[in-house]
Parts: sequence; C-alpha cells; structure tokens
Amino acid sequence: MPAPIRLRELIRTIRTARTQAEEREMIQKECAAIRSSFREEDNTYRCRNVAKLLYMHMLGYPAHFGQLECLKLIASQKFTDKRIGYLGAMLLLDERQDVHLLMTNCIKNDLNHSTQYVQGLALCTLGCMGSSEMCRDLAGEVEKLLKTSNSYLRKKAALCAVHVIRKVPELMEMFLPATKNLLSEKNHGVLHTSVVLLTEMCERSPDMLSHFRKLVPQLVRILKNLIMSGYSPEHDVSGISDPFLQVRILRLLRILGKGDDDSSEAMNDILAQVATNTETSKNVGNAILYETVLTIMDIKSESGLRVLAINILGRFLLNNDKNIRYVALTSLLKTVQTDHNAVQRHRSTIVDCLKDLDVSIKRRAMELSFALVNGNNIRGMMKELLYFLDSCDPDFKADCASGIFLAAEKYAPSKRWHIDTIMRVLTTAGSYVRDDSVPNLIQLITNSVEMHAYTVQRLYKALLDDISQQPLVQVASWCIGEYGDLLVSGQCEEEEPIQVSEDEVLDVLEGLLVSNLSTPVTRGYSLTAIMKLSTRFSSVNRIKKVVSIYGSSIDVELQQRAVEYNALFKKYDHMRPALLERMPIMEKTASNGPTEIVQTNGETESTILDTKHLPSITQPASQANDLLDLLGGNDVVPVIQTTVPTKPASAGGELLDLLGDLSLTGGPTPTPAPSVPMSQPPFLLDGLSSQPLFNDIAAGIPPMTAYNKNGLKIEFTFERANPNPNIAVITIHATNSTEADMTDFVFQAAVPKTFQLQLLSPSSNVVPAVNQGSVTQVIRVLNPQKQQLRMRIKLTYTHKGSPVQDLAEVNNFPPQSWQ
Amino acid sequence: MVNKQGQTRLSKYYEQVELGKRAALEADMVRGCLARRKEECSFVEYKDYKLVYRQYAALFIVVGITENENELSIYELVHNFVEVLDKYFSRVGLTLQLQVVMFKSEKR
Repeated sequence: MPAPIRLRELIRTIRTARTQAEEREMIQKECAAIRSSFREEDNTYRCRNVAKLLYMHMLGYPAHFGQLECLKLIASQKFTDKRIGYLGAMLLLDERQDVHLLMTNCIKNDLNHSTQYVQGLALCTLGCMGSSEMCRDLAGEVEKLLKTSNSYLRKKAALCAVHVIRKVPELMEMFLPATKNLLSEKNHGVLHTSVVLLTEMCERSPDMLSHFRKLVPQLVRILKNLIMSGYSPEHDVSGISDPFLQVRILRLLRILGKGDDDSSEAMNDILAQVATNTETSKNVGNAILYETVLTIMDIKSESGLRVLAINILGRFLLNNDKNIRYVALTSLLKTVQTDHNAVQRHRSTIVDCLKDLDVSIKRRAMELSFALVNGNNIRGMMKELLYFLDSCDPDFKADCASGIFLAAEKYAPSKRWHIDTIMRVLTTAGSYVRDDSVPNLIQLITNSVEMHAYTVQRLYKALLDDISQQPLVQVASWCIGEYGDLLVSGQCEEEEPIQVSEDEVLDVLEGLLVSNLSTPVTRGYSLTAIMKLSTRFSSVNRIKKVVSIYGSSIDVELQQRAVEYNALFKKYDHMRPALLERMPIMEKTASNGPTEIVQTNGETESTILDTKHLPSITQPASQANDLLDLLGGNDVVPVIQTTVPTKPASAGGELLDLLGDLSLTGGPTPTPAPSVPMSQPPFLLDGLSSQPLFNDIAAGIPPMTAYNKNGLKIEFTFERANPNPNIAVITIHATNSTEADMTDFVFQAAVPKTFQLQLLSPSSNVVPAVNQGSVTQVIRVLNPQKQQLRMRIKLTYTHKGSPVQDLAEVNNFPPQSWQ
Repeated sequence: MVNKQGQTRLSKYYEQVELGKRAALEADMVRGCLARRKEECSFVEYKDYKLVYRQYAALFIVVGITENENELSIYELVHNFVEVLDKYFSRVGLTLQLQVVMFKSEKR
C-alpha cells in the first residue's frame, strides 16, 4: 500500500474542493484509507494518519475511530508520536468515553519521564481533559511537579492544578503547601500561572480566601516591580511590561480586597499608582486601566480613589475607539447605583453616545440614560430620549418606550408635560409600547382633571392624522367617549380651541369601527365610546343606529356589546345616564389606602357585569342602579376591556367567565378578579383568591343586630377571612317580620376612610314576609389600622307598594371584630 | 479562526461541546461577527458569552469569553497571539493556516 499522504497534502486537497459535497467526498475517501491503515497496525505512519484525522475532526467530521490509535501513540517511545497522541487525546477524548481511563497509566509514567517536554505534554493533557478519577489518581504527581525548580514544568503544573481543583474541589488543600513559594518566582510564566491558581482557589473557597489575604503585600510588591521596572524585551507588549500578568494580579487583588478593609487599604496606593502612571495611548494601557477601575469599584476603596476611577471611565467615553467606549458604558452601568453623583457629571457624554452607530453602544447608553434621569434633568433628558426613540431600531423601541414612561411617571414636572410626553411616545412608537401602558395612560388622564379638555382635543387631532397606532387609538377613543362634550363645546384654556361638531366626532369613531387597521380591541373601545356619547351628545338616533348595526357583527365581542347597549336603549333607558356617567378618579394598584369609592367601584363592576347577563335582569340591575346613585356613577365597561388585551383568550369568553363566577351569590369573588381593573388593591385580592372565606369561622365573635326598625331587622355575623387577619367578613341577614314582602331590597354601606369595604352580591332582593326567609349579603372590611369599626348603612326597599328609604349608623360592633 | 467565507480554519474548545452542535455554534457565531461593520466595536454579546473578534486581512479570530473576563485584555491577547505566530512563521496569511494545525499542540 502506498504511503499515506502527508497532512499538508491533505489540507491542500481539501481546500481545492469547491462545494460541501466535494469536500465530504474527499474526506470520506481519506477516512477509508486511514481506517484500513489502522487495521494494518502500521506503526510508521500512524502518527501522520492521526494528524490527518484530527484535522478532519476539526472540520466537523466524525473521527471517533481514531481514539484507540491515540492511545497507542501515547504509549510509544517516540516523541513525535507522543506529541500527536496527546494532541489527539485532548481533542478526541473526554470523560464521557470509557477509553480515557486507559490513559491514566501512560500519563502517570510520562509525568515522571526524564524529558521535561514529555512531562509537559502529559501535564497539558491532564489539565485539558482529565476526568475526576484521573485527577484524583494523579493529583499527587502534579503536586510534586509544582514544587520542582524547573520553571517550564512549574507553570504547566500550576495550570494543571487549576483543572484538578475545578474537577475535584476537595483536593484543594493538597496544593496549599506548594503555593507558599509560588509567588517568589522570578519567571513570569510561573508567576502568571500561580496567580491563576490562587485566583481559582480563592474563588472556590472562602477559607482559602482569608488564608491568602496575607499575600496582598507580596502581590502589591510584584505589581509595583512590574510598573517600575524598565524595558525588558521578553515581557514587553507595546511599551508596557507584561500587561497580562498585571491584569491577572489586579483581578486577584479585587477578589482578595472585596469586603475586607485592611487589604483594601493596602492596595489603595498601588491602585492609584497604576491608574495614574499607565500610558493610555495604546489599547494595552487601556486594558490595564479598565481592570484597575473594576478593582477599585469592587473593593472598599476610599472615595478619592472611586472618583478617580469614574473619571477614568469618563475619559474612556471620550475616546475614539468604540471598544473602549463600550467597555466604559458597561462599567458605568454597574457603578451608577452606588456612585450616582459622580456618574452624573458625565451625563452629556453618555447622551451623546445615544447617537453612536454601534448597536451595543446605543443600548448601553440608553440603559445608562434611564438610570441617570432625575428631577433636575428630566426635561433635557427626555428631549434627547424622545429623539432617540424616533430614530432607533425597532428592537429598542419597546424598551425605550417603557423606560420613558417610567421616568416620566417618576419625575414629571407638570401634568401637561407628562401627557404631552406620553402622547409623543404613542405617536412615534405606538405599536411597540407595552399593553399595560394604555390603562396606565387612561388612569393618568382621569386623574388630571383640569387637563381633560386639552387632552381630548390633542388626542382628537392625533386621531384625525393617523389611526394606525393601536394604543394611541384606544386611548383617544376612550377619552373622546368620556370627555366628548368638552371637545364639542370647544373650551380649552391651554391651546387654541378647535371647532368640532358632534357629527364629526361620531364620524371619526365610526371610521375606527370600520377601518381595517383597527384590531378587535380597538373596535370594542370605539363602540363603547360611541355609546357613552349617547348621554353626552344630542344626536342619539345616530348612535342608536350604529349600535343596532353591530348587533349582528361577526366579531363576538362587538356583537355582545352592541346587543347589550341596544338593550340599554330599549329596556333600560332610565338607567342609561347613570350608567354612562363620567368615571371617577381611579387609583393605581400600588397605592395603599384607596378611597371608599374605589372599593365599591370594584364591587359595582361585579354587579354591572350581572346586568350583562340578560336572563337575570331585574334584581341585580336595580341594585346596580341604586349603588351607582350612591356612588356617583361610572361606566365600568372600558376598564374591563383594558384587561382583555393582556389575556390571550377570546374577550367574550372572559366576560362570561367572570359572569359565571359571580353568579355564585355570597361566594368569594373568582380568581379572574385580579385581572379586573387596577382599582382593586392587591391585599384584598390576596384574600379573595385564596381558599373560600367561610371555612374559618372565627370562634366567639358574637353576632349583633345592626338595625331593627319597621319590621326590618338586619343582623351581622362575623368571620375572619383566611389568610389575612385584617379582613373581617360580615354576613348580613335581613329578615322581615311584617306581613308584606319587602321587594327591591337594596343594602348599601359606607365606612370611614381608614377602612376599605367590599360588598358582594346579595342572595336576593326580596325579603319575604313574616320571617319566612332572609336576604344574606357578604361584606368584607379591611381594617389595617385596627381602628374601631363604624359603618353607615342605607336601606331602600318597597313595602306595601311604597318605597322606603332609611339611613342608619352602626356603632355597636363587638371589639373582637376589629381587633 | 475563520476565513471571510465563514469556513473554520481552526477551533479549540475549552468546554465539552458535542460534535454535531459545534458546527452549528461556529456558524452562528461567525455570522454574528462577519456581519459587523467597521465602525462597530469588537465585542458582541452571544447567548451568555461575549465574543471578542479581530480581523486580520482575510482571517477572523474569534474568542468566546465569560461575563467576568476583561474584554480589552482578551483583545490584546488575540493580537499577541497573532504577533507570535507572525514571528514564528514570518507570514500571517492564508498559508499560515496550514502550519497552525501542525504546531498547535505546543501552544497551551
């Protein structure tokens, strides 16, 4: 058989292949030749064949049949064979193959070989792919080699020790005595590898860390020598003496100094020296400075040093080299939390980086800018950020928009500015904003009462321009629905009032309904807005027509709404104004101590949902109406819709789910309740979504009679809700001792501001005569401050044909109910 | 090390990565690096690693490092490596790749 081709030839041949298929063919041919050569046990050319196999392996082709050959090569006496064999072992073998254990003996012998190069090879291989068993067996040998005087071997042994420690951490103590002398070496190679070894040991074990702290002075001395020493040709890289070693030592110092005052103090001088003396014209110097800055930031350095570090980073930012700017931005991001003021000084440079061409730099600059925004610089920063939002890549837009919203919320100097900013974001990056920004914006708008006219005017104008950005359209249609009357009446102090007629407004909203650009959610918003306008505008007929058209729409959600609104027109016209009144101010979930309105607001939502359930009409509807009268009315529907986008399930289905659960009278509000608008504070919901409330009957709280007049008696019984002990659950039982039924019975309650109240649906609204039955209703009261519970109740009912209304105060709550 | 067409000339793994995955990993990384323009910086984020790459004529050298490593110093290291190879073989270029394979074993 002719001699197998040399590696060089093989490489040349493969390089001539023009396509992947050609290459594969050549390689397969060569593999076949190699395999037959292996079978022939050809000693002379084995090394050449394995070398070729390694090349093919590197290109990505399977080469496992060469593993045993590598072992044979390792066992051979020739150095060239051993070299290729070990290389092959490092590349082809790993601990997952069983074959590698066979190598252990070879390595052991080679570790004690007379030639240092062979020993070096063995150390390399062990350090590269040694498994834990091999490491355990051979650790002793490695440790012995760590102590030899041969620096070539010592440095390899140190690296091998690093690998051993990584694989078998328990053996760390074995290497401890050997490390004593490592740092007193002159040879940089040994120094470097020993620093690596020490770093590894310190990272793995806190005991080692405290042990090695006493080496800090020695390390400082070595570093000093490196800096002070003159030019030494073997260690020089662009004028700096062994920068790699310097960086390693700095990193070890960082680990040693973290959290420890004494070591940090010992390092202060040398760090300052490095920071000031290192030449920054080349990348090498900058690399060392970077490591120094990282070290200064991590240890307990004095403030002067920290300021120095941040100034260095500031200087990096001005550097033309983008790598350095990138690195500076990354580190500034890490330090902005702790040294906020120092970083502020460089704010203008950072903002300039927003305009850089590089994507990673832009991203970091954006994050850093958000971290730097505060009350003073908000206007300027926001201008820059909005400009950035206009011009940045789409993947940034979502993050940037959310960041802008957060910053605007925290530091807005005026409500008008806030609204302007949000509108600007919506018009520029509307399709990228997060889903919850729409309800947040709506809540913000309702809260700024004086800005309503201005806001609705601006939104209307924005709508006229462009209806493609869905969040903007949703917010705009909601506002027009709420404040349409302000728009038409044309009063607006802040801006030039525009003349808008009712028909124009309705045109716009109807346009939204038919447009292809509108998503189903947006259509829902606009239909509801049109409906709301029926109470605010005079052209009711047109609205009735629109609503009835959509009663047969294909979209289930739209159809349901249209049908229900139609029902409102036909059967419940008397309720329409009350239902469609202005929304009260909403509180966000995060705030604590919401007002009573909010509480029952949440409750009336549940009852209004009952009105949508067309079959069970009369009883919950009238209750809803009365509650609304008490509380100033609201139109809850759009608020519920805002939760719809967050849930992927069909919108119609959700409302039905809520309905289905609420039809349980007196039962706990269902788990979808948390998604029901943000006016519900979280702590009540915790109680709600947990176990049924009534399984934990508080022992011994006596029931009490709250009201007893004209034959109507109302009793309260108490329970403690589980798990929140601050919530008292009161069940009222209303009984009627007269001979006539009390129909249309509605119970309402109000509590002082320190409490929160929630009314669940009553069992019915007819209190049967002669104590034949009772109406029960559940009230939940949250009493975080443990104050005495007081309540004012209002009762309305129809008795013997005439309506009766009564107000009463309930003060005689037993102490256990609120303690 | 890869050339301009994305073909791997040399690869060294310090962690165990399966053979099949290696080619895909390399192709992915290289695509990220080759697409960069001149003004962009040499550090790319890739999954949970950072890639430091440097171009020498038709050859790209890419090093993958972990989060806590100093990128600038690795950048220097790459250059140092190339300088050494240059001194040793007196010509850093396409032909270099042939020699590199043979003598890589010494470079630990």
